[in-house]
Amino acid sequence: MTIQTRQAMEPLPAAPEDADIRQAENRLQVANQWQLMWWRFRKHRVAMVATVITILIYLVVIFAEFLASVPRDHYAADYTFAPPQRVRFIHVDETGNRSFLPHVLGYTVEIEPQALRRVFVSNEEDVIPLGLFVKGLEPYKILGFIPADRHLAGPRDPTKPFYLLGADRLGQDLFSRLIHGTRVSMTIGLLGVIASLVLGIVLGGVSGYFGGLVDNIIQRSIEFIRSIPSIPLWMGLSAALPDDWDAIQRYFAITVILSIVGWTGLARVVRGKFLSLREEDFITSARLDGVPEKGLIFRYMLPSFTSHIIASVTLSIPGMIIAETSLSFLGLGLRPPVVSWGVLLRDAQKVQTLANAPWLLMAAVPVIVAVLALNYVGDGLRDAMDPYGR
Amino acid sequence: MLQYISRRVLIMIPTLFVISLLSFGIIQLPPGDYLTFYVAELAAQGEEISQERLAQLERQYGLGRPWYVQYFLWISNILTEGDFGRSFTWSKPVNELIWDRLGFTMLITTLTVIFVWIVALFIGKFAATHQYSLGDYFTTFIGFIGLAVPNFLLALVLLYYALILFDLSPAGLFSPEYQDAPWTWGKWKDFLAHLWIPIVILGTAGTAGGIRIMRANLLDELHKPYVTTARAKGVKESALIWRYPVRVALNPFISTIGWTLPELVSGSIIVSVVLNLPTTGPLLLGSLMQQDMFLAGAFIMLISVLTVIGTLISDILLAWLDPRIRVT
Repeated sequence: MTIQTRQAMEPLPAAPEDADIRQAENRLQVANQWQLMWWRFRKHRVAMVATVITILIYLVVIFAEFLASVPRDHYAADYTFAPPQRVRFIHVDETGNRSFLPHVLGYTVEIEPQALRRVFVSNEEDVIPLGLFVKGLEPYKILGFIPADRHLAGPRDPTKPFYLLGADRLGQDLFSRLIHGTRVSMTIGLLGVIASLVLGIVLGGVSGYFGGLVDNIIQRSIEFIRSIPSIPLWMGLSAALPDDWDAIQRYFAITVILSIVGWTGLARVVRGKFLSLREEDFITSARLDGVPEKGLIFRYMLPSFTSHIIASVTLSIPGMIIAETSLSFLGLGLRPPVVSWGVLLRDAQKVQTLANAPWLLMAAVPVIVAVLALNYVGDGLRDAMDPYGR
Repeated sequence: MLQYISRRVLIMIPTLFVISLLSFGIIQLPPGDYLTFYVAELAAQGEEISQERLAQLERQYGLGRPWYVQYFLWISNILTEGDFGRSFTWSKPVNELIWDRLGFTMLITTLTVIFVWIVALFIGKFAATHQYSLGDYFTTFIGFIGLAVPNFLLALVLLYYALILFDLSPAGLFSPEYQDAPWTWGKWKDFLAHLWIPIVILGTAGTAGGIRIMRANLLDELHKPYVTTARAKGVKESALIWRYPVRVALNPFISTIGWTLPELVSGSIIVSVVLNLPTTGPLLLGSLMQQDMFLAGAFIMLISVLTVIGTLISDILLAWLDPRIRVT
């Protein structure tokens, strides 16, 4: 990838010949808007890395069942708060022979005499060999329709304990649950943004295109929503969701609640763009040409700021993710059995629990990684789009 | 100036009205009404409610009548008597529960705003005058982390390390021995020793944003001719920076409080749940969990109202600093 980037960055060799220069200039002139943007985006190293990470995260979303080593709700009461296991690659057998065998060690449980606490100690004797593409506990369906029963990595004997990041209160594998949670957390961010986008484009568009009283009302509403603290509002709304709603209903309800506040930012962007585009020459000439209103909006105006919208959307996903995480963390968002990063973090809420099982805090890592990655992608996009940028 | 202030206050009135409607809507959302809960609460305590009392309460809250009548009664009770209704979980008027909590919330957010301003001002100035230095990169990095890590996570991590490394629990605003003690010198010291923790945690995100804004603004100013002129005239570098470009760069920086304040208040709710502070956060969460809607509604309304007032104050402050705003 680096090599590719280099070539793209330096279309001119060290000692350029005239033909090369002309070719490069030609290339710049005939390239369309998206190509230009892509070339500029590629130069932004951090944004490229962040893009790769984002794509990887969404791959995790798609192939969650395959990547996790156990099903979502699998639990094992024997392994309550079992600490993380270290993966060892070299195995030394009784005769002292060293061989390459990725494995983890099983646990033995000891009772701590003073605190009367159960303590897990790794058992040197109990070798649990690991493998790639191992059979899992139960069959599942990739993307909901391809039947499969293999998992990317796991113990060769699926009934053996395998806790890369430790276990939670019910002896559930935190690593697998984080992977399952990725699906919910990342899609709720995406769906919430899409809902906000629809609201934002419609209301922002109406506001910017028609102006006048409509514009005034919508702008005042935006100011109003932005001036009140969002978390109490979200808390109030999600606390009012009926208790008997099932997981799916709740999931969509939370998405809607998040976008109630989320649309305002996007609406502002859209409105601003409409306002400035309305005065542009190419719009005026299209109007004089007899293009109807609808055509003006959808064929001329929207396409010219799609890129801008994409950047704004990317930059608003992290906010959604953090919002969902916060709500679920408080217990007002999603609830078990649905797993999201926030639901997992809820287990880490009590500091007493954390003192015994600090690995529960690992659920914070994907939140931070995803938020940072999406922020950098958005930044890169914004820079790439700016025609007057360096 | 007076005209500007009065115009801003007038604009605020519809906002406050919508806030009260919204809070009332949240109170009305869950099924069941106030009276059913109240009767159930009394029944649980083994008391019976008399028919007259029931009828009187029904009149007072306008139950069974259209929602706008109920809303009118609710809001006029608040405006005339300061009566926010009753909390079922606490069996007390909401009034007696909220003001202490709101006071601490206000105190913490106000101090956090001041903290954010001071830290962001100095670090932002440093980052701009030392552009591309190690310190600049470091603050940019810290800034990004501050933006990416939700502050309740920061609070959790801090609690964890305080417990593991120092075996102490920095939660709350008072040590147990001072919890109900009168305000003495010792309690003050204890209070201040606890107070800085939520302020720093809450301030991270805002500080990170503030540093970026301050740095960008100041960088725009630093290379303008008037700076060069001042330098050529022999003004000492530090005096020069503080006296001219910093003052110009300050305006957009101060105007950010309009959106910092709602975020801070939002953040403070979750952080105070984690840190178990005696602010609105834990009580609001509890009341929502129990569907104790009068308490929750009162909190949501007052928090929003105070935020709007805070934003107003910051706008007035800005107008006072920057005459251009007053005129337009």
